[in-house]
Amino acid sequence: MSLLVAEGLSRRFGGLLAVDNASLTVPEGGLVGLIGPNGAGKTTLFSLLSGFLPPSAGRVTFAGTDVTAEVPHRRAALGMARTFQIVQPFAGLTVRENIAVGAYLRHAARSEATRLAEAVAAEVGLAPMLDAQASSLTVAGRKRLELARALATEPRLLLLDEVLAGLNPSEVRDIIPVIRAIRGRGVAILMIEHVMQAVMNLCDHVHVLAGGRMIAAGPPREVCADPMVVEAYLGHGAAARIAAGGTHA
Amino acid sequence: MLEVKGLRAGYGAVEVLRGLDMAVSDGEIVAVLGANGVGKTTLNKVLSGVLPARQGEIRFGGMRLDGATPAAIVEAGLIHVPEGRRIFPNMNVRENLELGSYRRGRPRRAANLERVFETFPRLRERARQFAGTLSGGEQQMLAIGRGMMAEPRLLILDEPSLGLSPLLVEEMFTLIRRLNADGLPILLVEQNVVQSLEIATRGFILENGTFAMSGPAATLRDDPELRRIYLGL
Amino acid sequence: MKARDILPGLLVLALLALAPLVASNAALNFLLSSLIVALAAQGWNLLGGYAGQLSFGHAAFFGTGAYATAILQLRYGVNAWAGLAIGVALGALVGWMIGFLSFRARLRGSYFALVTLAFAEVLRILANAFDLTGGAAGLLIRMAPGAANLQFPSRATFLWLVLAIVAAVLLLTAWIAGGRMGARLVAVRENEDAARALGVDALRVKLGAIALSGGITAAAGCLYAQNFLYLDANIAYGTWISVEVLIACILGGSGTVLGPVIGALALHGAGEAAKIALNGIAGPVPGIDLMLFGALLILAVAFLPQGVMGGLRRAARGLAR
Repeated sequence: MSLLVAEGLSRRFGGLLAVDNASLTVPEGGLVGLIGPNGAGKTTLFSLLSGFLPPSAGRVTFAGTDVTAEVPHRRAALGMARTFQIVQPFAGLTVRENIAVGAYLRHAARSEATRLAEAVAAEVGLAPMLDAQASSLTVAGRKRLELARALATEPRLLLLDEVLAGLNPSEVRDIIPVIRAIRGRGVAILMIEHVMQAVMNLCDHVHVLAGGRMIAAGPPREVCADPMVVEAYLGHGAAARIAAGGTHA
Repeated sequence: MLEVKGLRAGYGAVEVLRGLDMAVSDGEIVAVLGANGVGKTTLNKVLSGVLPARQGEIRFGGMRLDGATPAAIVEAGLIHVPEGRRIFPNMNVRENLELGSYRRGRPRRAANLERVFETFPRLRERARQFAGTLSGGEQQMLAIGRGMMAEPRLLILDEPSLGLSPLLVEEMFTLIRRLNADGLPILLVEQNVVQSLEIATRGFILENGTFAMSGPAATLRDDPELRRIYLGL
Repeated sequence: MKARDILPGLLVLALLALAPLVASNAALNFLLSSLIVALAAQGWNLLGGYAGQLSFGHAAFFGTGAYATAILQLRYGVNAWAGLAIGVALGALVGWMIGFLSFRARLRGSYFALVTLAFAEVLRILANAFDLTGGAAGLLIRMAPGAANLQFPSRATFLWLVLAIVAAVLLLTAWIAGGRMGARLVAVRENEDAARALGVDALRVKLGAIALSGGITAAAGCLYAQNFLYLDANIAYGTWISVEVLIACILGGSGTVLGPVIGALALHGAGEAAKIALNGIAGPVPGIDLMLFGALLILAVAFLPQGVMGGLRRAARGLAR
């Protein structure tokens, strides 16, 4: 059952076609990767999927409903949550209060929202930091906070925009099981990533966007061996490392 | 070329750098590696004069630089390409580059601009484009190009591979190797351990404000402890 | 809503309620006008402090409340209390309308601030021009002392009324701040896009904030009219009140429950003190209090950006460590 279906999405900015007839699907409970060079249009595509930008053409269907014209907060209510590449915690609030903002979507009472926030914090490994000021978190902590906030909205689909950027290999290694566990309890995930270590380890399926168009799609190993993908995105060094079984690009 | 002895620095009550010793000699690429939050950016801020050192010495080409203003440090030829590109988004590529020679290298600005465009042909194509509309990789090239405009005697690169696709990361490291081959010593501050140690002469691992490990890059590369901690292997 | 959030505020107000025992009529008058400004500032605080939408035109709500109650009493014989209620409702409506026009047009930050200033100015000019509002001559509310007319010759009684209203708004602010609405206000303030992605209807939140803000500041306008019994376009819709509520909140701590009240009292207190001190030395210096307001604003922004309440909170945290 396809949870998210994007059909022929395009987005034009004046003379620039940033996204050109892109299609993808995310199955119920699936973990799908979206990779591609910088400037390929990945974040624009995310904005189209999450409602921050209207498409110039194409359709977005979520759980059978056409959401192409829906605003972001309505999509969140329907079960699609999104994180941002540049992480901005709500400054001045504690970690717990930050996560509670997400929890309030489906729980009006403060006690319920707080309880959910604490549970979600534990899930992403932020339980010891609940009372800390969000602005005091390290980069890795902020990424987990971003994840927690979105999770607190109890989504069916999580759109993660480079949630691993800026993390070093051991931090990436630590957060991979967290993401896997989230998928394990039924939340589908679509992630934009450059960190091939994560893409290879986590994704069932990968889409490759370059110059605004989908140039490849398939299981990670297949896609990483595709010469077009190597040319446009991976480079031979990284491709060789991946093929040799190492997972560090 | 660059010598650091017993460097201590921090913010308010928090001490981040607890006594660092290191050196970069002519023609070397020195890699400073470490996790997030250990003090890599703090170190760069101190070296470029933005944050004052609390204790210790910084010598550049024999001259004492600790306590010098950022402008004086730039004039001396110690150029810092900051983390996260920090290009000026509402100015075009050419204007960004020209600003690089604001303090140092102005007399030869036209020649340097030409050199940068030769090194980065993509920037020449986009010379009149607003820097904010460039892609991440192009912005990184612009930031490095801007640093080059100041005719550096030593270039500090702060996480140049951050947020770049694997192909661009490879291109970036190839570029760094090329710049160094032309004789420019480079201090590379990075999280990408594998590729950094591949091009570096020597490496320092920063942990908790001190250098936990240091040595020739080849030795570090094969160190099992390093592989375990930083590569998760 | 924890006791800790409201107890200090209620304590301060309780102390002020004792003022009639010791203070002269002049001092009580001063306290009264400071508290009316404090109430207006409490309104600003909800929109500018909690929701982060800085307004330079809160005079628009203040004046609407003042004129509404004055006109209703003078032209339509409406009772002053009903005038207060209608004034509040009109203030909220004007707030909603300004919000609808501005927020739908995606105005943020400086643009929104300037647009609010423009609205206030337009209202001032209109009030100056039309007969309904008394034109340039203004309106005089007929003096008819008595609780039924919301006119209290006894300063103490009026003081207690205003204190009660300030206390009620204090409790309302604490209640909002501690619940879902408060969390959403702050989220919209800190990062509107992130908030939207988490399911917050940012437009609805901002409209709610500006309507509530308008109503509260309008109440202050009504009370001002009842206190002085005279208003004209410059008093009602003049920039003086827009500026005072803004500085009061920044000084006291915007986005805190008690900030606007502390700020208004401190601001006016400092102004009066300066006037008295200088009077003794150099005779009356017109505008000295305004100069002082400006200086205090600069000092606050430079050294205490979170205001007095923020500074106290930081000190408390430092002590706890």
